[in-house]
Amino acid sequence: MGKKLLLEHINEPGIQSFEVYRKKGGYASVEKALKTMKPDDVTEEVKRSGLRGRGGAGFPTGMKWSFIDKKSGKPRYLVCNADESEPGTFKDRYLMEHIPHILIEGMITSSYALGANTSYIYIRGEYMYVAQILERAIDEAYANGFLGDHILGTDYSLNLYVHVGAGAYICGEETALLESLEGKRGNPRLKPPFPAVAGLYSCPTVVNNVETIAAVVPIVNLGGDEYAKIGVGRSTGTKLISASGHINKPGVYEIELGLPVEEFIFSEEYCGGVWKERRLKAVVAGGSSVPILPAGLILTTAKGEPRLMTYESLADGGFVTGTMLGSGGFIVMDETTNIVQNLFTFTRFYRHESCGQCSPCREGTAWMEKILHRLLQGKGKKTDIDILVNAAKNIEGNTICPLGDAAAWPVAAAIRHFRKEFEEIAESTTEGKKLEIATH
Amino acid sequence: MAENKAIEFSSDTLAVAKKIIARYPEGKHKSALIPILHLAQTEFDGWLSVEAMDYVASVLNIKPIEVYEVVTFYSMFNTKPVGKCLLEVCQTSSCWLRGSDEIINHIKKKLNIEVGETTADGMFTLKTVECLGSCGTAPMLQCGGDFHENLTTEKLDSLLEKMKIKNERSTYLKSLNLSS
Amino acid sequence: MAKVTIDGIEIEVPDGTTILNAARQIGGKIVPPAMCYYTSLKDTGGKCRVCLVKVSQGSAKDPRPMPKLVASCRTPVADGMVVQNITSPDVLEARKGVVEFLLLNHPIDCPICDQAGECDLQDLTYEHGTEVTRTEFERRTFDKIDIGDKIKLHMTRCIMCYRCVYVADQLTPERVHGVLNRGDHSEISTYIEKAVDNDFSGNMIDVCPVGALTDRTFRFKSRVWFTKPMDAHRNCSKCCGKVVLWMKGDDILRVTGRKDHYGEVREFICNECRFEHKNTADWVIGGPRHINRHSVISQNHYEKVDLQKLRKEIDRQIVFQKGKQLPETSTSHS
Repeated sequence: MGKKLLLEHINEPGIQSFEVYRKKGGYASVEKALKTMKPDDVTEEVKRSGLRGRGGAGFPTGMKWSFIDKKSGKPRYLVCNADESEPGTFKDRYLMEHIPHILIEGMITSSYALGANTSYIYIRGEYMYVAQILERAIDEAYANGFLGDHILGTDYSLNLYVHVGAGAYICGEETALLESLEGKRGNPRLKPPFPAVAGLYSCPTVVNNVETIAAVVPIVNLGGDEYAKIGVGRSTGTKLISASGHINKPGVYEIELGLPVEEFIFSEEYCGGVWKERRLKAVVAGGSSVPILPAGLILTTAKGEPRLMTYESLADGGFVTGTMLGSGGFIVMDETTNIVQNLFTFTRFYRHESCGQCSPCREGTAWMEKILHRLLQGKGKKTDIDILVNAAKNIEGNTICPLGDAAAWPVAAAIRHFRKEFEEIAESTTEGKKLEIATH
Repeated sequence: MAENKAIEFSSDTLAVAKKIIARYPEGKHKSALIPILHLAQTEFDGWLSVEAMDYVASVLNIKPIEVYEVVTFYSMFNTKPVGKCLLEVCQTSSCWLRGSDEIINHIKKKLNIEVGETTADGMFTLKTVECLGSCGTAPMLQCGGDFHENLTTEKLDSLLEKMKIKNERSTYLKSLNLSS
Repeated sequence: MAKVTIDGIEIEVPDGTTILNAARQIGGKIVPPAMCYYTSLKDTGGKCRVCLVKVSQGSAKDPRPMPKLVASCRTPVADGMVVQNITSPDVLEARKGVVEFLLLNHPIDCPICDQAGECDLQDLTYEHGTEVTRTEFERRTFDKIDIGDKIKLHMTRCIMCYRCVYVADQLTPERVHGVLNRGDHSEISTYIEKAVDNDFSGNMIDVCPVGALTDRTFRFKSRVWFTKPMDAHRNCSKCCGKVVLWMKGDDILRVTGRKDHYGEVREFICNECRFEHKNTADWVIGGPRHINRHSVISQNHYEKVDLQKLRKEIDRQIVFQKGKQLPETSTSHS
């Protein structure tokens, strides 16, 4: 059994409530931070912990915090990114639904570190019922003196609010999220300026993922050094992995970073192996945008070393033979999976979610989806495959925000590793092979 | 759709709207737009007519075009009337891998509607949606604020039956309770 | 001040200047194209991505290259920055890709489009695009609508530069049109049929880089290259009154603001000057306006030709093209 830092009490009856959460040691980090630490000490612990953003980009959290402009004289904001929408990712929903107070606690401790007196949790609109769980948890925190004026009798005050979105993956991009929070369309902003200088209402702002903020709780409790002992190298601590697809036990698992991928897929403690006694074909390891890898390359690197669940090991080999840990959205595909059709669902997704602001993404995602759709209808051409590769290349790196890359990578990777399947489909024009696909 | 219903929040809803506005700094009231549009969609029969959007603009003292721009950007806002139960079936990878096509086809056949259509009795509208963050419990559909997960055609049959008997409009927002 | 090198040419510009504007100060072929940036409209730019350039050295202090191509219109220079535009194959390749994206859904109805001849997308395609199209899909279409009695919105041609939205935000009392929907379904619209009706709405036509917003009073009257642009002015209480009259004989077919070398109007004009004064008696006419751009309209040689200057330019081009002879016809002028 690996160490559990976030989900330790997941099975405790009533852990959703303040009372039980508190009994299990909840809100200790707030007491410790507010009463015994200066704000910068908290940031220092987060730096020492080696915590990296759990939303997908993996940027060191402590460093991100240290960028916040403390000299502007403007109010500072912490905004929690609970817009979890990366296909294959559902860990934040699970955590917020079952242990809402760990997020509230993390928000208080983190807001204290950043000197924010008003903070927001931006949650995707589809998670409305989770938003209402958070509203209740916040109410309880106010009632028990952990939110509001003079928290625990100290000089520190914090108001925390939930803000619901209304259906837009792009709002998971931090500047689009801020635009949305300001009541606008979720169009990502051009950077610079970065949010640390001019974020919400043009004030210094930090945007962090739910799991990142929750991880601040054990970091403050244990101390950054102790937290850093878990994991391997620059992949420290535990990570929530959302496991889905063709496995026996889909769900959210907290793993110690460094767990072998093979163990994660096949052991009873985690995914419990591929379903229906079938063989493993491919895995998308970190949410829809990361490169898909065939079974051989996900289990062992090109060098022949066992692949580990770490930022570095998953990325070993670059995009040629590696992938990314991303958001930890782990999608498993069995031997019967049609890779082209799975890619089509990703590409349709990105087309649907492109904000439309910049030309390569707006036009390119739609074009790729149309080409894939035509291929699947048996009306494709062999040249379509090269056009797809080229279109993906022309999108990648040329857009305002990372959605362009996120749309391009899966196309490039699927063709890189499964080109034969694309060619077979391109060659088949028989009606019998025509697939029924809903396009919307 | 109720006939001749005035497009205006009830006093309770208006009070909630004011409470939401108070969550944002002075002068930043536009931030409340999306949450208030959710209130409006709940109150005004599950969709946002031009009148409803103009009303929200007046509540927030912003220009109507600012509301239209936002409403048409976000996929949860309906700009046309929908059935009492809007069945939003996820079709992205993890759901597709575990049979969302079968779920969509079953609904089409059973209710005799295509994606985007509403049954003649105004009870159901079928919509396909992109990843709802329920990949570990795929396939799934959302109806109002409820996630219906690990769907099978049998489960779907009994779910639709229950919805018919209940005969109520499902809404994303189930209560107006907000934290203080 | 910051010293920046663009395609090997060094220039010193005030801090905060964008790469694009630094390049424009150098001038010539190294200036990146721009379809959405507009100097006199705040916050424009960054969207079309045709002005992408490579920053091969970030600054003297931090010489690391920038990891991705950047939008030159929105990226400020730094002292010691080294930029590559036409000297970078990556940039040219990316730009070709962007042009292809912009054309995927553009109707290419130039033969019936009023913008033809002065269209930034035509120029861009000619200069940076490929000759063949790789798309076989039906193009996206929208209904044409009149937004007010003077402006035609032909959304099918729009490339989503957002300039007209900024005009409405920054020059008019109330914006009634905007960007609706999302992704490749995005469109410029009023949502409900509503007239865009205010003193400065006509500037939306001038800032539109394509034929999406056109002047209804000029509609189908003439191809632009058959008209003579003349600088003119009048005393106007609402605007600067400085315009260009597009004339055929003694008739004024249309009135626009004065566009600079990069197709941008610096001083916006009011609708009265634009739409209500089509008599030469209303104007003090300065003289022919030189259109110094690659567009078809600049091929309209109504100006007195300075043969010496022309000879020099041709010699320069011949040298530039390393011996490639220019076709005979380009030297003959009527």
